[in-house]
Amino acid sequence: MTDDVVVAGAGMTAWGKWGRNFVEYGVEAAREALADAGVEWTDVQYVAGGETVRNGYAGYVAGSSISQALGWNGAQVSTSYGACASGAQAIDVARNRILAGRCDVALVVGADTTPKGFLAPNAGDRPDDPDWLRFRLLGATNPAYFALMARRRIDVHGAAPEDFAQVKVKNSKHGMANPRARYRKEVTVAEVLDSPVVADPLHLLDICATSDGGAAVVLTSAHKARELGIASPVRVRAVSTVTPSFPNTVIEMPNFATDSSGVVAPPPRTFMDSIAHVAYEEAGIGPEDLSVAEVYDLATALELDWYEHLGLCAVGEAEKLLRNGDTAIGGRIPVNPSGGLACFGEAVPAQAIAQVCEVVWQLRGEAGDRQVEGAKVGITANKGLFGHGSSVLLST
Amino acid sequence: MSKARVPALGAEGWFTEEGGAALVGSRCATCGTVSFPKSTFACPNPRCAGTELIDARLSATGTVWSYTDARYQPPPPFVPTADPYVPFALAAVELDGDGLVVLGQIVDGVTVADLHVGRRVELVVDTLFADDDTEHTIWKWRPIPDDR
Ligand SMILES: [Zn+2]
Repeated sequence: MTDDVVVAGAGMTAWGKWGRNFVEYGVEAAREALADAGVEWTDVQYVAGGETVRNGYAGYVAGSSISQALGWNGAQVSTSYGACASGAQAIDVARNRILAGRCDVALVVGADTTPKGFLAPNAGDRPDDPDWLRFRLLGATNPAYFALMARRRIDVHGAAPEDFAQVKVKNSKHGMANPRARYRKEVTVAEVLDSPVVADPLHLLDICATSDGGAAVVLTSAHKARELGIASPVRVRAVSTVTPSFPNTVIEMPNFATDSSGVVAPPPRTFMDSIAHVAYEEAGIGPEDLSVAEVYDLATALELDWYEHLGLCAVGEAEKLLRNGDTAIGGRIPVNPSGGLACFGEAVPAQAIAQVCEVVWQLRGEAGDRQVEGAKVGITANKGLFGHGSSVLLST
Repeated sequence: MSKARVPALGAEGWFTEEGGAALVGSRCATCGTVSFPKSTFACPNPRCAGTELIDARLSATGTVWSYTDARYQPPPPFVPTADPYVPFALAAVELDGDGLVVLGQIVDGVTVADLHVGRRVELVVDTLFADDDTEHTIWKWRPIPDDR
């Protein structure tokens, strides 16, 4: 049996919009995670960075940029890109490195500084780039793709815009108790519904902002954690970086079309359903075992989709779960106790790591006024554009 | 002099107006899998190594799988057609018989209020934007009258 990989330390900047160099956020988060673990930077043997595409070469080689800023320590390095799933890939690389016995102490770090407004493709005519094409030929922004899913919930499952607003209300309550959240203000259903429609049926307050921020974890072998005097560290039970199985019959950002199911029948599980499933299978843990979940609420309606993709309820029942209060802190299975993207905004390469930080704090009982009582097992889930699944399953 | 009508940059060969408007995808000569946009050098079916991909006219009708609109002007490389900006609707449409869903703008004058999941639509070739001497064309979806 392989030795567990554990989270020895977690660190995270506050999320905001300051326009500083992303490396600064990465360094701040890394230093906090290292101090939390009681590990010296010079003792880190491996650095796994999440790439940011918006900061030129320094961003493409984020693992090395942040290492250099911390002072070259001779560690081995990688930088991973999977859009919003970049952080999970970095965690996966570092974890496997430890599982293979190639190192004991790894730092995983991601940070971003983001532009104002819609996320847009890089400049210049690039008709070979599907991301350029969808803006040029369709005018399909990210919120447009979120809205297609939201509309399905209304027309197919009987959701109401009030349900979407209720997700924002819940998450804003959670985020008020999170000192790292960017937005810490109670929001009402009326405020969401009165905010301008961006992409019908989604309002401005249904859609997450883009933020600056950095997050980091120190992963070690269980053996190393004992050496460091960490009595009962949070264990990484599974990491999923799954891709779709052909034919993927649900339209994915930034695509123009789905695969065709004309010749090959759709797989038993949709891509979205497979993301957590792969993690559950690896860990031998099921949705009924979960105490807490952090999911990617790029838009309020997408959080409802995740309830079903994680197996927290049957398809079409997410609104019921929400209305019952089951996914609020104090409910049966709290979702996004951190406040989620609704309160943070998205800092792409940091976000999947930030989700893990929150679950770690919950499982340690260190989440303060947003603590989920007695949390023992937690999952994170997100999806990066171009078919990148991302889920990390953790337990005490 | 009338303007030249050419497919928008990046969409050359993606649709045709000959014999009626239709999307042009590819069909794998080995397994028959259809894709849009065209697969050009490999079949997307993971159990097929086919490399002979033939142009295939796709069904020009379908049902709305989902829809939305763009209330704010999308950022470049989107090219606005009116100043001030006029919102447009988008639909993901399940094509009749081809087993795939294709996204497209909805023709001018149709709003989300006119749509619902399951609404029958047909493909048209329309102007995406125009400049001094050229109309850049694209496919769009248009609700089929009397077929809700
Ligand atoms: Zn084939």
